[in-house]
Amino acid sequence: MEKFTVHTGRAVPLRRSNVDTDQIIPAVYLKRVSRTGFEDGLFAAWRADPDFVLNKPEYAEGTVLIAGPDFGTGSSREHAVWALQNYGFKAVLSSRFADIFRGNSLKGGLLTVVLPQPVIEKLWDMVEADPTTEVTVDLVERQVRAGDLVEPFELDDYTRWRLMEGLDDIDLTLRHTDAIAEYEKRRKPWLPVTQ
Amino acid sequence: MARTMAEKVWEEHVVRRAEGEPDLLYIDLHLVHEVTSPQAFEGLRLANRRLRRPDLTIATEDHNVPTENIFLPIADPVSRTQVETLRKNASEFGVRLHQMGDIDQGIVHVIGPQLGLTQPGMTIVCGDSHTSTHGAFGALAFGIGTSQVEHVMATQTLPMTPFKTMAVNVTGSLKPGVTAKDIILAVIAKIGTGGGQGYVIEYRGEAIRALSMEARMTICNMSIEAGARAGMIAPDQTTFDYIKGRPHAPKGELWDQAVEYWKTLVTDEDAVFDKEVFLDADELSPFVTWGTNPGQGAPLDSVVPDPASFEDPVERAAAEKALAYMDLKPGTPLRDIRVDTVFVGSCTNGRIEDLRAAAEVIKGRKVADHVRMLVVPGSQRVKEQAAAEGLDEIFKAAGAEWREAGCSMCLGMNPDTLKPGERSASTSNRNFEGRQGKGGRTHLVSPLVAAATAVRGTLSSPADL
Repeated sequence: MEKFTVHTGRAVPLRRSNVDTDQIIPAVYLKRVSRTGFEDGLFAAWRADPDFVLNKPEYAEGTVLIAGPDFGTGSSREHAVWALQNYGFKAVLSSRFADIFRGNSLKGGLLTVVLPQPVIEKLWDMVEADPTTEVTVDLVERQVRAGDLVEPFELDDYTRWRLMEGLDDIDLTLRHTDAIAEYEKRRKPWLPVTQ
Repeated sequence: MARTMAEKVWEEHVVRRAEGEPDLLYIDLHLVHEVTSPQAFEGLRLANRRLRRPDLTIATEDHNVPTENIFLPIADPVSRTQVETLRKNASEFGVRLHQMGDIDQGIVHVIGPQLGLTQPGMTIVCGDSHTSTHGAFGALAFGIGTSQVEHVMATQTLPMTPFKTMAVNVTGSLKPGVTAKDIILAVIAKIGTGGGQGYVIEYRGEAIRALSMEARMTICNMSIEAGARAGMIAPDQTTFDYIKGRPHAPKGELWDQAVEYWKTLVTDEDAVFDKEVFLDADELSPFVTWGTNPGQGAPLDSVVPDPASFEDPVERAAAEKALAYMDLKPGTPLRDIRVDTVFVGSCTNGRIEDLRAAAEVIKGRKVADHVRMLVVPGSQRVKEQAAAEGLDEIFKAAGAEWREAGCSMCLGMNPDTLKPGERSASTSNRNFEGRQGKGGRTHLVSPLVAAATAVRGTLSSPADL
């Protein structure tokens, strides 16, 4: 996984709430067996509309998505994270993310940052007034900065460390294979096996 | 210390706990399907890893499969590749797979309970958000992304940070014609699609206790639509009776030991939930959605709401967008909404009791001329059982299409989709824009409402017939 420390880039204002994973990437785009190429499906239904924010040339270079509340609700498809990353997004800001989407994003190195809704509104106003506004998402300082706005955000130390080091969860867990084997000895005797 | 059921199951599965790190939880059962697994298997292959416990893993084909002509090659080449990839992976990694045509094939959340693989006190995961379904047995069951699928494959564990706990207390008793689906739609409308975010919900109260296992699965299934990753119901005699005798249920002395343990999986009387919600079952009536998220629902007896009536500006804007997409006008009686399609099926309402309920309503009646009705059993066994009871003949005589098992129109990955502008009454779980096909409009309903709607052609309950 790519390390994440500080990212600065232009931002895309997505003024919608409850953007579910079927909007982020509709099911018909989930048929690939690779982890790449999902950018075509990103917001597929909305991109047919020339007025949709991603179709506006002034937001073409955006790498930070500023989303409304309850972003990523619905299905567990990690393809939603891959679609955003394949398209070029490095971070998503929202006042509330759905749990599974948030978990998936932080596993895969897409930084999802929770900010109060008034801050989101302010950021929307700023990047709408001037689409060249640069937004910095600083994981080291746990801060979002844009213009004169400096806003701290919370992220637990463990996840922050893992993202900054670009560490893969599986490698970390495999350090504890002995504990797993020990646990397996004390599992209930009636638990089912599939074969 | 007094604990909730969810906390008890969690504690029982902690492999490793360290200050400042997530708990490492053991996973008792991993369910796999074709859509969210290929990249995980590929990851294992690249890292030269094996599955730690193929014997705690089971796979099926459900999301993508056609529900007609299942013995012909899948017409869509991309879908076919995905299904064939699962077959290759299952064989290479030693995973038991129920493929199309197999009697145990079906929607992953239907086959687990059916095989007796879903049992109280287990941790169950799947790369599918509706894994919450299995919580109906008192299991801690939740959906995971593909990175976590790979993690479970490689280690049979997951690092997890603890959830908060929420009690949803449903008191009283349901009136005739009101079902588990109406309870859960009402719960979601009450707490909102983000209301359960960060929580495991425990459904409690006399109205929940009175439900069958299948009805309990309908409720837990849609916990995710309330934003919760998992929903649970304490195991009781109804649970034990359902599991007993199933292929993977404990037998003999182990059965007695298991039941003894399962009985301890109840929330202690003095345990405290982080949040409590109350609902009176006596006051519920058939519930339908009018908007484009599952929280945008109302009693069938009411009207399409006016966005101006929402105080919260975010909710108001969401309602405006939803009504524009759904092509609905405020004040329209919900009963006047005309549909083109009725879908009975999915992991929410594709079980035998759901098909029985819909069949009873439609028996001796006809599907309205302008309506197409699709009945898709949740599994091949459900299909066989329905056929043994003559339900297939009832549906066909009414003019409905009787299909093979799969997820079908719930998410429109296979050829069963709505066309742009078409409107469905659907027993599934999501009414998102385009969920059932680009430009399609979805109203979530119970099997009873679905069947009555098929007959009248507008949103209806059996009482309207």
